[in-house]
Amino acid sequence: MTDHHGEFDSVTGKSTTGHEWDGIKELNTPLPRWWVISFYLTIVWAIGYWIVYPAWPLIASNTTGLFGYSSRADVAVELANLEKIRGEKMAALGAASLADIEKDPALLALARAKGKTVFGDNCAPCHGSGGAGAKGFPNLNDDDWLWGGTLDQIMQTIQFGARSGHAKTHEGQMLAFGKDGVLKPDEIVTVANYVRSLSGLPTRKGFDAAKGEKIFADNCVACHGDGGKGNPELGAPNLTDKIWLYGSDEATLVETISQGRAGVMPAWEGRLDPSTIKAMAVYVHSLGGGK
Amino acid sequence: MNKTVNPNELTSDDDNGPLYVAQKKVYPQSISGTFRRIKWGLMAFCLGVYYFLPFVRWNRGLGAPSQAVLIDLPNSRFYFFFIELWPQEIYYFTGLLIVAAVALFLMNSVGGRIWCGYLCPQTVWTDLFYAVERFVEGDRRERMRKDKSGGGLTLRRVSEIAFKHAIWLMIAWWTGGAWVLYFNDAPTLVKELLTFQAPMIAYIWIGILTATTYLLAGFMREQVCTYMCPWPRIQAALTDEWALNVTYRYDRGEKRTSVKKAAELRALGQPVGDCVDCYQCVAVCPTGIDIRNGPQLECIQCGLCIDACDNVMTKIGRPKRLIGYDNDINIQRRQEGKAPIYRIVRARTVAYSAIIAAVGGIMLYVLATRTLLDINVLHDRNPVAVKLSDGSIRNAYTVRLLNKSGYDRVVAIDADGPVNLTTHVVGVDSVTPDRPMIVIPRDSTSELRLLVTAPADSNPEKSIPVRIHVTDIGLGEVATTTDNFVAP
Ligand code: SF4
Ligand code: SF4
Repeated sequence: MTDHHGEFDSVTGKSTTGHEWDGIKELNTPLPRWWVISFYLTIVWAIGYWIVYPAWPLIASNTTGLFGYSSRADVAVELANLEKIRGEKMAALGAASLADIEKDPALLALARAKGKTVFGDNCAPCHGSGGAGAKGFPNLNDDDWLWGGTLDQIMQTIQFGARSGHAKTHEGQMLAFGKDGVLKPDEIVTVANYVRSLSGLPTRKGFDAAKGEKIFADNCVACHGDGGKGNPELGAPNLTDKIWLYGSDEATLVETISQGRAGVMPAWEGRLDPSTIKAMAVYVHSLGGGK
Repeated sequence: MNKTVNPNELTSDDDNGPLYVAQKKVYPQSISGTFRRIKWGLMAFCLGVYYFLPFVRWNRGLGAPSQAVLIDLPNSRFYFFFIELWPQEIYYFTGLLIVAAVALFLMNSVGGRIWCGYLCPQTVWTDLFYAVERFVEGDRRERMRKDKSGGGLTLRRVSEIAFKHAIWLMIAWWTGGAWVLYFNDAPTLVKELLTFQAPMIAYIWIGILTATTYLLAGFMREQVCTYMCPWPRIQAALTDEWALNVTYRYDRGEKRTSVKKAAELRALGQPVGDCVDCYQCVAVCPTGIDIRNGPQLECIQCGLCIDACDNVMTKIGRPKRLIGYDNDINIQRRQEGKAPIYRIVRARTVAYSAIIAAVGGIMLYVLATRTLLDINVLHDRNPVAVKLSDGSIRNAYTVRLLNKSGYDRVVAIDADGPVNLTTHVVGVDSVTPDRPMIVIPRDSTSELRLLVTAPADSNPEKSIPVRIHVTDIGLGEVATTTDNFVAP
């Protein structure tokens, strides 16, 4: 055998390329030519790519490519298309009445999907991502509603808010009976216990129910109604149920009665378009708490 | 080239060339015999199935596609005769892949690379393209002569070449065309393709598959098997000494001599091999190797050299199968003068068969017990439980109902558990207090929000199991799933 590299591997009977690293020699195992050609073609292809597509960064921008194509522009076009498709569906949502939306499975699904994303963006900071609420922020999954839980009432609350400063906002707040000196501390404790008794919670030993009832009748009935059933017109909570926005223990109730409460729900009219607000109302209603 | 090579001293004869070697053109000669017949049969079967299966009809009733095998991507359905699979049932394909892989292992442990030699698409199409080439340009010698007379591009020769490529391209085009028919109603798509109404993607795929078929079967041929395919490397690790491989029985074939010389030597009672060095086995080999050099990576075990040598042996009046399917053990045994043994039933083949049977059995069982009504439930996590104003506890679930049948259903949903539970579906008026009724259109899914409530006095523990049923009101068919009901 002749060998133009002057190297020969006696074990395999092959010539070597003449390359050697740490005593290890490279056998000459030729590649098929088409393989090599394919390799060069990929290089040519890559160069073509540089020319056709935006590839090279410049100081302030980048090369735009032969046809001005960019994947970013592609995305913009697709987003615009999506908006258009959504626009039609959202228009259908805007045209339907709240009750009709809930009856139509397709519209309900759309409203819930839309409502869920909008809720996540706008409402979740206070109400939690699933509408579970927190102290002072109502749980939207239960069936207790300060301002009413029908579709229309929920929609109205979202639109105009509560104590939001909007012209049509819900008004009414819990007065600060202690801070304003209307009730004395011991009277506050007594009425707090009375309120606990309304929903069947245990009361303090030696608590004077008759006195509590009297204080309640003089000061609270105007808003919370006879027997403390609440009044959605004023956002006065029902005191006879098991749901408490700020807490039902005596200390919390004393604080509530002394300091008053005036939680704010912002108005969303003007910030969100009408069909979005509609979708959100349906979503919140469908969370489970709606009436 | 006329040298005798001991297979134990495998050397590559031309490694002194440049770093890059040109593809050596192979001119396989036509041959007839047992293995050739098997190959024709398998080719006809495989190609027949591939090209015509999309046209087989299967009546599934109104509104459902009537194609026996259809991959319906837009609607995420897969139809295979009486089977209809939904995306939720993708695990069937996992099973199918396992069976396919183990079947390949089994084939390999029984007969080496029989997949490569008989069933691999690359082999089948290359074989077909070779047949076309032979039909148009003539057999081995003729083709070699025509290629060698380089400048002789007569009109006849040019039209011959053009004719060959035209047939190749037609086959390639039909290969690509058949592919897209699996993804759409075949007769409709054919009509659309002919009138240029078909979707662009169909033309693109036909183009891609036409190009790859033409290139791989017409030009790349054995190069695919030798350089591109990973299977030769993998199967070498899977094979064992019992696997049957196409083998030149050199113990019987050597020393090679001419027919005349062999007869003379035999008459003198001298030792002589059966191989008459006629090179028929090399001439027919589609990968252009000499099997007498021992087992080689390039050999796809197609058995054509067996047919070639058998023909020669018959002619010279010697026993057949100088080249035959044989295993490593027998090479050893024959050298020791023992009788050959073959064993197909071995631990390895039994294990592979058992795996195939087990996976196949599971798939059949799942298929047989497949329901047309299904329910998937996802418990709401935020919040997991809600206390209502009367003290009762409610959990919410996202329910997906699947109606895999061809008719609309009216279903009711209810839940039961250790405590009394009531159900309500958002947007649905219940007919009875705890059984909301829903219509699920045929062949579709419905997603619902299900509210399950436990009364205030039931005091469920932190977490209790709950079973949610969906009942077809008309047929009484029930699907059930279990989940948890959580107290706050
Ligand atoms: S050596 Fe024989 S079995 Fe192997 S590829 Fe060639 S013809 Fe086929
Ligand atoms: S076909 Fe048979 S006899 Fe002819 S060269 Fe090959 S092995 Fe020898």
